[in-house]
This record gives sequence, structure tokens and C-alpha cells, in this order.
Amino acid sequence: MIRPFGYNEFLFILTAAQWTLALSAIAFLGGAIVGLGIALARTSTIKPLRLASTSYIQLFQGTPLLMQLFLVFFGATVLGFDVNPWAAAALGLTLNASAFLGEIWRGCIQAVPKGQWEAAGALGLRYPGRMMYVILPQAAKIALPPTVGFLVQLIKSTSLAAIIGFTELTRAGQIINNATFKPFLVFSIVAAIYFAMCWPLSLLSTYLERRLSAPAR
Amino acid sequence: MQPVAVNPELDHVPAHHIGDRVIIAMEGVQKWFGDFQVLKDIDLQVRAGERIVVCGPSGSGKSTLIRCINQLEQHQKGRITVDGVELGRDLRTIDTVRREVGMVFQSFNLFPHLTVLGNCMLAPMKVRGASKAEARAIAMKYLERVRIPDQADKYPGQLSGGQQQRVAIARALCMNPKIMLFDEPTSALDPEMVKEVLDTMIGLADDGMTMLCVTHEMGFARSVADRVIFMDRGEIVEQAPPEEFFANPKSERTRNFLGQILPH
Repeated sequence: MIRPFGYNEFLFILTAAQWTLALSAIAFLGGAIVGLGIALARTSTIKPLRLASTSYIQLFQGTPLLMQLFLVFFGATVLGFDVNPWAAAALGLTLNASAFLGEIWRGCIQAVPKGQWEAAGALGLRYPGRMMYVILPQAAKIALPPTVGFLVQLIKSTSLAAIIGFTELTRAGQIINNATFKPFLVFSIVAAIYFAMCWPLSLLSTYLERRLSAPAR
Repeated sequence: MQPVAVNPELDHVPAHHIGDRVIIAMEGVQKWFGDFQVLKDIDLQVRAGERIVVCGPSGSGKSTLIRCINQLEQHQKGRITVDGVELGRDLRTIDTVRREVGMVFQSFNLFPHLTVLGNCMLAPMKVRGASKAEARAIAMKYLERVRIPDQADKYPGQLSGGQQQRVAIARALCMNPKIMLFDEPTSALDPEMVKEVLDTMIGLADDGMTMLCVTHEMGFARSVADRVIFMDRGEIVEQAPPEEFFANPKSERTRNFLGQILPH
């Protein structure tokens, strides 16, 4: 039996958007924490750390996100862990985001002039102090626009979690479409909701980029 | 330490006492960048309170020489001892030495995200463990000394080159260093700003600070230096008190160099 598309169906899709936002937030937060470590390892003077972090980045940038989600979801089951789609999606997206953020931030850390590093060192600051008070604040300013831009990518990437059965925005759309059989309407609404989440962020990213390229203070 | 009036003229520096204590000792120091040897068997002793000007053509290794003293460059052979601490591969000896050695760079290298005051307070707080109030007092003392206390709340980008370099000097002084290294401090400045920076350096010299300056300002060398060192191709070719160095250079290479940079 085909259901008509009404207010309840719309509400079902809209409330599923909160899971898209939650998944994005967790993946972004987790990705930021791990990604900072990756970026620091990539810019380290310790060679094994550089090699390990480079491999990590290449592994995650060189394989499709969907495969990474499959591997986490099914791999965990094979290893005997009982993983629900929610945890698998959060973990898979966190790992993926950390690789991309790590690489973006590596570039931002290296964009801070070498003289800053030397001046901080000459004052007697050690590595943690140099990073925390001198390099990272300057790198963060450079990193803001591309990081917000990446967040847009990440929100859209969460739609892949639908395939391992996590009910977020896209999966909600599939469910409603299966019941109402109005694919054009349903997926237009789904797309519009994604757009409503991503567009303001894209505008913010562009604004931040313009502000950054303006002459300093 | 008493605040010292900054001497307005380049040609007068009061006599001062150079101690007998050797504060920097370099023995057989060698360094390579890849296949290129930048420092060849450098022997140098600097006594406490001594003011040394290092000059030489570009690529002669003069910047590398002073950057080895605080290990912004690592030497590969030989020994460097600074204030009794031998610089080894151990990071802690490097940190110990850096706390006592201030450095001023050609390109200022002020921290653009911090105010002038923030630039000066950072190391006293994070390295010496001073409280915010103490660090602020130290910072203001040295900003007054370099004559820009009124710019304390500005950001480096709002200052002229000369002002920025004076802030950089104040920032280094806030760590109360025993030795100051200057790596071509006036080379990036517009001509009209050179004097204010040199005057600040002269004030520092008057106060008995041990100084090593890489500079092409021969007027400064003449009036302030106790010893002028000429380097070429990674070697110390000649060293002498300025009167002797300028009047009577012994080496052909020194004569050529002086002929090129001194007005005829």
C-alpha cells in the first residue's frame, strides 16, 4: 500500500536531520582531536612519527569513505565486537575526518613563517610552549576558512552512514520514499535540508577567507 | 639594573670594563649544509662584557656563526660552551643556554597575534614563571628603555620597522639575558629608521651587555665594538680592535671587503 506524503512524513525526515547534525558534530569533534595529533605528528622532527602519520593520511585519503565505513562496521563484527551502525558511523567518520583535518592543519602549521618558530625558541620556549602560544594561534587563523569548508564536506559525507543502516537524514528519506513512492519530492526535501545546513557554513567560510586575506589589523 | 640613557651620537661610548671571564668559547667548530661547509674550524672566545661585530660578505657564515651560539643551527664538530654550559645534543642544555642568550633577527620576528606587551610578557611568564603583574612590570621597564612604552597595547603590524625592531630588542631583554645576539638587525629597515635601532643598541652596549652583532654598519663597529671579526668562506680571516681593523687590515680579503663597503 502506498502512503500519501503528508505532514507526518515531512516531520519524520526533518527530525532525522538531528541525527545528521549529531553525527557530523561527533565526527568533527573526534576528527579535530585526532587530527590535531596527526598534524603535529606530520610536522614533527621525529621521523617515525612523520612516517606513521603520513601513512595514516594516505590510507584514509586514498580509499573511499564508504569502504572505511564498511570495514569499521563489518570488521568490528568479524573481530567479535557488537557494533551498532551509530557507533560504526561515528568511528568511521571520525577516522576519516581526522586524516583530512590533519592534512589541512599540517599545511596551516607550516604556513606560519619559520622565523616565528626560531624567535620563540630563542626566547627559551620549549616545544609545547612554542606550539601553544606562538605557532598554533597563528595557524588557527589560517586554518579557519578551510576547516569550515571541510565541515560542509563532512555533513554531506554523513549521508553514507545510511548505507550501513544508520537512520539519519538520507536514510529517513529512503524510508519515506519506500512508503510513499514519491522519490522526486522526497529527495528534493532531503537535499533542501542538507542545503539549509551547509549553505550558511559555506558563506561563513567565504567570509572568513575574505577577512583573512584582508591586510592585518 | 639602572635604566640607561640612550646615547644619541654614534661616536661616543664611555669606557667600560671587560671581565676576564670567558662567556662564550668555540673550539674547532665546523658545520655543513649538505656538502657545503659553512663553518670551517672556528675558534672564538668572547669575554663577559665584550662587544663584537662580525662582518663579511654574504654567505661567509657570519649569521650561522652566531646562530650556533643559541643552537638555532646545530654544529656538527667542535665544542661550544656558553656561560659554562657545553652545548650538546641534549635539548635541556640548549634550553638552559637560550634562557640566557637574547636574539634579535633581521626580520624582527615579532609575534603578530600578540600585542607589543604580549610579545614582551610571553617568555618571562612561560619560561621564567613570572606572574602576569611581574611580567607586565618587566615588559614596561624595557619598553621604556627602548622608548616606546606608549605603543604597548598596539599590535606589531601597526608599528614602523624601527619601532618593531626596538620591541624585538625589548622582548629579548625581558628575559634578562647575559648575552645578546644581533643578526643584521638594521638590514631590513628603511634608512631613516636605522639610527633609532643603532642608538638602542649603543645604549645596551653602554650598560655592559655582552654583544655579538652581525652587521654592515661600520660606523657602529667603529664606535661600539671592542673587536671586529671579519669572516669569509666559513673562516675567521681576521679579528682586531676597530681602530686597527679599519686603519690597518692585514689580509687581502679584508681589504677587498672594506674597499667595497666603505664610502670612498
